[in-house]
Amino acid sequence: MTVPTIKELRHRILAPLDPTLFNSCLILTALGLVVLYSASGADLGKVLSQLRNLVFAYAAMWILAATPPHKIERVVFPVYGIALVALIAVALFGETSHGARRWLHLGPFRLQPSELMKIALPLALAGYFEWRGKTITWRDFAVASLLLLIPVAFVVRQPDLGTALLIASSGFYVLYFAGLSWKILGGLAVSGIASLPLVWHFMHDYQKKRILTLLDPSQDPLGAGYHTLQSMIALGSGGAFGKGWLQGTQSHLDFLPEHTTDFVFAVFGEEFGLLGEIVFLVAMLVIITRGFFIANEGSTPFARLVAGALSMTLFTYTFVNMGMVSGILPVVGVPLPFLSYGGTSLVTLFISIGILMSVHHHRKLVKQ
Amino acid sequence: MQLFLRNPQQERWEFQLRLKALWGLIIVLCCLLLLRLVWLQVISHSYYHTLAEANRISIVPIVPNRGLILDRNGTVLAENNYSYDLEITPARVQNIDALTNQLAKLVTITPSDRKLFRKALDETHGLSAIPLRSRLSELEIARVSVNRYRLPGVDIHTRLIRSYPFGTSASHLIGYIGRINEADQEKLEDDGLSDEYRGTNHIGKLGIEGHYEHELHGTTGSEQVETDANGRGVRSLERRDPTAGNDLFLTIDAGLQQAAEKAFGDHRGALVAIEPSSGDVLAFVSEPGFDPNLFVDGIDQDSWNALNESPDKPLNNRALRGLYPPGSTVKPFMALAALTLGKRSPDFKIQDPGYFSFPGSSHRYRDWREGGHGMVDMHLSIVQSCDTYYYGLATDLGIDAMHDFFSGFGFGQKTGLDLDGEMSGLYPSPAWKQKKLKQDWYGGETVISGIGQGYILTTPLQLARSVATLANNGIMMKPHLVHAIRDRATGTLKILPVEIERTLNLRQADMDFVRNAMVDVMKPGGTAAQAGAGATYLIAGKTGTAQVVGVRQGEKYSESRTAERNRDHALFIAFAPADHPRLALAVLVENGGHGGSMAAPIARQIFDYYLLGRGVKAVPDTAENAGDDSAHD
Repeated sequence: MTVPTIKELRHRILAPLDPTLFNSCLILTALGLVVLYSASGADLGKVLSQLRNLVFAYAAMWILAATPPHKIERVVFPVYGIALVALIAVALFGETSHGARRWLHLGPFRLQPSELMKIALPLALAGYFEWRGKTITWRDFAVASLLLLIPVAFVVRQPDLGTALLIASSGFYVLYFAGLSWKILGGLAVSGIASLPLVWHFMHDYQKKRILTLLDPSQDPLGAGYHTLQSMIALGSGGAFGKGWLQGTQSHLDFLPEHTTDFVFAVFGEEFGLLGEIVFLVAMLVIITRGFFIANEGSTPFARLVAGALSMTLFTYTFVNMGMVSGILPVVGVPLPFLSYGGTSLVTLFISIGILMSVHHHRKLVKQ
Repeated sequence: MQLFLRNPQQERWEFQLRLKALWGLIIVLCCLLLLRLVWLQVISHSYYHTLAEANRISIVPIVPNRGLILDRNGTVLAENNYSYDLEITPARVQNIDALTNQLAKLVTITPSDRKLFRKALDETHGLSAIPLRSRLSELEIARVSVNRYRLPGVDIHTRLIRSYPFGTSASHLIGYIGRINEADQEKLEDDGLSDEYRGTNHIGKLGIEGHYEHELHGTTGSEQVETDANGRGVRSLERRDPTAGNDLFLTIDAGLQQAAEKAFGDHRGALVAIEPSSGDVLAFVSEPGFDPNLFVDGIDQDSWNALNESPDKPLNNRALRGLYPPGSTVKPFMALAALTLGKRSPDFKIQDPGYFSFPGSSHRYRDWREGGHGMVDMHLSIVQSCDTYYYGLATDLGIDAMHDFFSGFGFGQKTGLDLDGEMSGLYPSPAWKQKKLKQDWYGGETVISGIGQGYILTTPLQLARSVATLANNGIMMKPHLVHAIRDRATGTLKILPVEIERTLNLRQADMDFVRNAMVDVMKPGGTAAQAGAGATYLIAGKTGTAQVVGVRQGEKYSESRTAERNRDHALFIAFAPADHPRLALAVLVENGGHGGSMAAPIARQIFDYYLLGRGVKAVPDTAENAGDDSAHD
């Protein structure tokens, strides 16, 4: 093998990267760093730390983009298995903090298995349907549902209803794209609404409080409603055009909680206004729409299901986070893609993007 | 077996359909989100903008400096001094007890300091500084400063505190400030002033400090401070400077005030000196006084008990609130009433047997001199203070006429002096007695009213106003304590106008007659001859004695047999120079015995000080002073 020229090398590196996705990602990560600088109170250290996370994230994206889907497919069950075992381990010997058992200590690492499950579950389900081939029966959906419900049940027990619902949704998208009957979908929707009182009954007090607070945040302005109220003030006071970069008072004066992570959108909205938010939302829609196109042209059911489900999950996170910050959804611990600070969520996000790119790059490759 | 996906074609078509359906849902949800954002950021923008501003901006009051109180010559009577306080911020301290013990080696820390600190510590979260010791001395400041490096969490905090440089002098007049209590707070809220007092901890409680609170307080400034969610100030946005309170120049002459207090020595009593032509109160003495500095930071229990339980009642403002029978000091006014109403001519003489009785009655109203004064005309009745003359005169005048005439001179009426809590005193009438006591008026009550006994009660202030009115030829000036107000904002000095309360309808000749008789009171043969001896100017005076315990019929009052606290009160009213009065005063010495021997010498010293610039000595006790007959009554 000859030594590749610079041009060949460049081609080899860039080839798996879908320009639309890649450029959108670049724009959004740049935006994320700008917002983080302001949200962290001009803390350059935090920006550098996020840059380091980005290096890992982009590397992970590139590796996955260069890996054909059928190779990814091979690892999905082991990954799912590890995530499930980890969840069980958390339930048995996890660290309790703030009344919830979510963390697992593995030597120097602190692992949150529910995060891993967010991506492992849709991959595993897609892998399952691919494995079942062209004859998918209702039994397959039953098995897939079981694969979905077991980890979700563990996360619900932690208790972390928000994350459980997000995991369930990412798995559910696979079922949906795999062709779950419209009748069943309709039935699920009806029974879901019907079972709301029952769900309410089994909810923890803090969960109920969050829902109630959502309906009227001013009821408890210093308690559960504080986060929502402060983020609504941040957005509302930002107005159409924002207060300008580094000019947000809500975040800089510590009124906003979690203003570099879950509530970073409030900082963004306060400083860049409705206009900035529309730009962000459009960029997100470009990525999601591109993901849908990629799903459509996927070479295998696995590729299609994974691409569809991951794109949809990306939207779900974006919507739930923005909905929570703007006060139409209860407070759930969901990071906003690209803007929230944090290594785990960033790497998870870029793994999804990488998988999308892989599906696109290898769309002509038919698995044998 | 039902197959969901029959062939790749259909599978792709179905998948596409599902993608489109979800994409539609995505767009719907995005629109929903956008609507919400538009609602928040465009439609409700101003609402949230206001909330954000309220969130971050807190208004911090800036307390104005309190106005000064000065005497008529500019001597400072109440000022604001820096106090250096030792404070500990508990959050920055590991072991508070160890630190306090360490500090105790550097500065004096009393058990009560420790107790107050403990109490404050228990009540707060420990994040803010708590005072441990106030008013550090220069030496103590130096000691703490040098050791600062090994005293983390210890700070020296500077603040302004009210201070009264003359201590007990004029304490009843100046009053004091104290911490705002619940009652003060309620009153401020009622007056709509609670915003103005945000940040102010002290308020005038008594005296000038209390009455002129609105002038002295000033206008509170404010600073808009941007705060973070924990309420810590981040930066200042806007500042509105406070305006210091106005300075008050009193009518008081601090030198005269202190001279009068000195003349009292250890005696209890009151003295009010008024400039007759203006109503300016030049001295306002209530002895004993108290140290108002004790009240500024909250008085400690021991000092409070000492003041409150003292039999001398130092907290009583005797000049303003003390009620005493005026005794024989009413006689010049009685004489003037007789002349004015035509009930007596100056030449009218009586034969005084030493008592007065109604025809057909055996009850004797005794004269103070056993055996009587012999032939007595009006002049002599004043000079020798003949009781019998006035027993008869009172009967002839009648209580109603007396009530009306004395009311003209302000008896039984508040003077309206600019201090709070003045007592009105009492000049009785049959109507009053019927209303208050539901009893008929007796003739005998008229008789004793003629010598200022019975129901009649006056305050030393009232008595001083009456004599000042007499000195000012019947023109009653409203007595007042504030001469001028200096506006601290503009620097202008506003002189308060003097006010004529009323002009009495009196004949000059009658007034001259009474005045001349009062001048002779101070001369040999008069009841205050001793006090008047050697004066280079003319003093017009009248002695008086107010009974504290009644003397039964047929018994004789004996000074030596009567306990000190039950002795008669000594009274003296006077003005000088008699021909052109510059100073009119009323002196009351509680349990001082006789006006001529106890109260008149105090007055003489005041006149000498004021008119001649002479020094003052404490007047010795009656026992050493008494003995000659002229000193009686």
